[in-house]
Amino acid sequence: MRKLALDDEILLSVQQPARYIGGEVNMAIKDPAKMDIRFCMCFPDVYEIGMSHLGIQILYDMFNGRDDVYCERVYSPWTDMDRLLREKDIPLFALESQDPVKDFDFLGITLQYEMCYTNVLQILDLSHIPLHSADRTEEDPIVIGGGPCAYNPEPLAPFFDIFYIGEGETVYGQLFDAYKAGKSRGGSRKEFLEAAARIPGLYVPAFYDVTYNSDGTIADFKPNNPCAPEKVTKELVVNMDDAWYIEKPLVPFIKVTQDRVVLEIQRGCIRGCRFCQAGNIYRPLREHSLEYLKDYAVKMLKSTGHEEISLSSLSSSDYSKLPELISFLLDEVKGKGINISLPSLRIDAFSLDVMSKVQDVKKSSLTFAPEAGSQRLRDVINKGLTEEAILNGARDAFLGGWSRVKLYFMLGQPTETEEDMKGIAYLSEKVAETFYDLPVEQRQKRVQIVASSSFFVPKPFTPFQWAKQCTKEEFLRRAWLVRDAFQEMKNARSLKYNYHEADLSVLEGVLARGDRRVAPVIEEAYRRGAMFDSWGENFDNDLWMAAFDACGVDPDFYTVRDRDLDEKLPWDFIDAGVSKEFLKREWKRATEETVTPNCRQGCAGCGARVFGGGVCFEDKN
Amino acid sequence: MKFIGHLDIMRYFQKVMRRADVDIRYSGGFSPHQIMSFAAPLGVGLLSNGEYLDIEVNSTDSSAEMVRRMNAVMSEGMEVISYRRLDDSAKSAMSLVAAADYVLAFRPGKEPEDLEAFFAALERFYAQPRIPVMKKTKSGEKEMDLKPLIYRMERVWAVPDEKCLTAAPDCVGASGEAALNEKKLSVIISGAVNEPSDAVFLQVCTGSTDNVKPELVMKALYDFMGLELAPFTFQAEREEVYADLGGSGGDSRNLVPLEALGEDIEQTDRYPA
Repeated sequence: MRKLALDDEILLSVQQPARYIGGEVNMAIKDPAKMDIRFCMCFPDVYEIGMSHLGIQILYDMFNGRDDVYCERVYSPWTDMDRLLREKDIPLFALESQDPVKDFDFLGITLQYEMCYTNVLQILDLSHIPLHSADRTEEDPIVIGGGPCAYNPEPLAPFFDIFYIGEGETVYGQLFDAYKAGKSRGGSRKEFLEAAARIPGLYVPAFYDVTYNSDGTIADFKPNNPCAPEKVTKELVVNMDDAWYIEKPLVPFIKVTQDRVVLEIQRGCIRGCRFCQAGNIYRPLREHSLEYLKDYAVKMLKSTGHEEISLSSLSSSDYSKLPELISFLLDEVKGKGINISLPSLRIDAFSLDVMSKVQDVKKSSLTFAPEAGSQRLRDVINKGLTEEAILNGARDAFLGGWSRVKLYFMLGQPTETEEDMKGIAYLSEKVAETFYDLPVEQRQKRVQIVASSSFFVPKPFTPFQWAKQCTKEEFLRRAWLVRDAFQEMKNARSLKYNYHEADLSVLEGVLARGDRRVAPVIEEAYRRGAMFDSWGENFDNDLWMAAFDACGVDPDFYTVRDRDLDEKLPWDFIDAGVSKEFLKREWKRATEETVTPNCRQGCAGCGARVFGGGVCFEDKN
Repeated sequence: MKFIGHLDIMRYFQKVMRRADVDIRYSGGFSPHQIMSFAAPLGVGLLSNGEYLDIEVNSTDSSAEMVRRMNAVMSEGMEVISYRRLDDSAKSAMSLVAAADYVLAFRPGKEPEDLEAFFAALERFYAQPRIPVMKKTKSGEKEMDLKPLIYRMERVWAVPDEKCLTAAPDCVGASGEAALNEKKLSVIISGAVNEPSDAVFLQVCTGSTDNVKPELVMKALYDFMGLELAPFTFQAEREEVYADLGGSGGDSRNLVPLEALGEDIEQTDRYPA
């Protein structure tokens, strides 16, 4: 039997003890003593969320594919376990070997959203690893961060030894080899970090100095070590079929958020929505081949025993072999009690036909993401979804038996006017009218339309990275204006409107575009008890505001300030593929309400072509 | 595995069926589910050496092959011991369950100071004509008599595994051997112990009508002794689950392990059920 780090008394007194015992189906089992490198992979949120993340599963499987590495996992202990570990002074441990994380060579932390930053500190703290890179010794693990938030790593700079910019499949091998070489030479931690800094895509924050102007903006950002490059270029997989993928995903004992096989069909997006960070940093679009996906779908269903498979990507309707893939899967799962969970597809005749085959039409709902209420604003954000397409799609769906519609919007995007805001209600109303205009015998009795709006948070490496964010008060004013508009609609009884937390979006805005001066605020908020900030019940805005106050940092500097196009941005040292010139061009086109065609309609010259693959070369073989 | 709740164990076995390519039957409807039912849910924190689940299959290999296939995709701590064929007319295990055996061992450091006095009290407790306890119900608490629902309650000598049993008396040790000889204790293999040691054996009524949990009996015993039952005093393991086939007399019991109701499938050709 595997030993457990915790005894029954602890495990049986917390919620979901299975979060802490490991032992899941397809878990890697190795003898740590025979390994050159022990890597602990962390998702800084609760087990059920972390286990649902595809990226970690890929890297976990890939690292364990090496004979000299044992990759294990750790997730944020929930608040009940957090309390017990502190009370009893038990160091945080990895699930596989149940050994303390501090004894590992590496602690890799994925940064998927800004609101997990305090949990990063929780992980370090519970592991008994010094929070600051500068305080770590030869005995401490190398702490490395990756994921989309690493595209602006600055608010976390003091806490990490290395950031990995880009897709994880490419240079970890080089990093491990450098580590082994250093270890056998008896090299120091600093020497290893210098070697790491020379590997493409890796950023060692300690090797850079920042100076500031009197107005608070960045004056200069320069390497202070000859091994550190001026620019760090993102890493990416050029040919998706050559990249590592999982044949045997982990199967948790308890129900996790993504309790199914996840098949990544493509990476990147051709659409170019101007608010979307993922759509920019994952450029260019790269597809998997149909044969590859068929093969992996079958293997993963077999090795996991999952009863559901879902297709994962941005804008899945753009996958060129989607009909073939779906018809293969439909055949494959027939009679096996396996469901296909469809990603949100563009609603058209094809998707409605597929949806009617895989889900109960009466119970399922249609999802549209217009993101803005008016055509004018949709042109500003480059969301190529027209009112006509929405209404036609909805009409076809209603004729097909659907009667529930979800509409997703964002409030507070650049140039938004009151008309644009009210447009959310008008568009929802038009969908309802489309339903009631149909003859009674051709549709269900009643329609239910749920519109939700989140608040816009400008993100690095998007054309809106210069945009002014709304204040909390302004966000709420807009949400209430929309709410009131809904009440005036003729079919108000069929419409429902929800909006998100405003103060959370403001804080997310600070962390997303923050610089190194935000780091002390995160640490102070953590010291004051902030953790699991993305969980509504745990988020305490007052505590954060007190932390800003205590550190003398003004959150407004990062959110509501107008940024000059020539300002040095904290993330300018990263080359994410999309050039700053392109982003500026798109920012200008946005203000001119000019749509930019998608990558398949015409190249917009974003800069990602230099990577030499994907959609940029689709018709040029 | 003792940390995984019953619903998750069910989900776990549904996935085992798919991984092992068991040709299990599905219900109809828009979201078909596997025809599978468990004899008796096991509480979180309990070990077990005898859980049963019924499945319906369209076709099957031999028992030995099916056991092999399922164990090949099992995680540590869970093992299929036996796979047996039931008649199509057989009642479900769930509806047949009548009794279960439990071994309760003291967790290390939780043994009573005077073991002999403890077991003497246990004997007096079980010898009572009535054992009234308060049982929580939906509408509050009500008194019930535990006595007729406890079929056996005694001191046993529990050994962790088979090897230890065959190696006895070496393994049993001097005090254990003396105990075995003098008190004529039964010896039982149980995962509830790590070392051969004294333990409580319980056979209690189990099922949908009168389900007696071992904690309830131990709580009553400690009340009887005038002691507080501290949490985590015992590690319990369920050892067997029984059906009652009834006796010739009116109220006599004829308990048989559920295992005995099925028959081994010997031939290796897949045959349709």
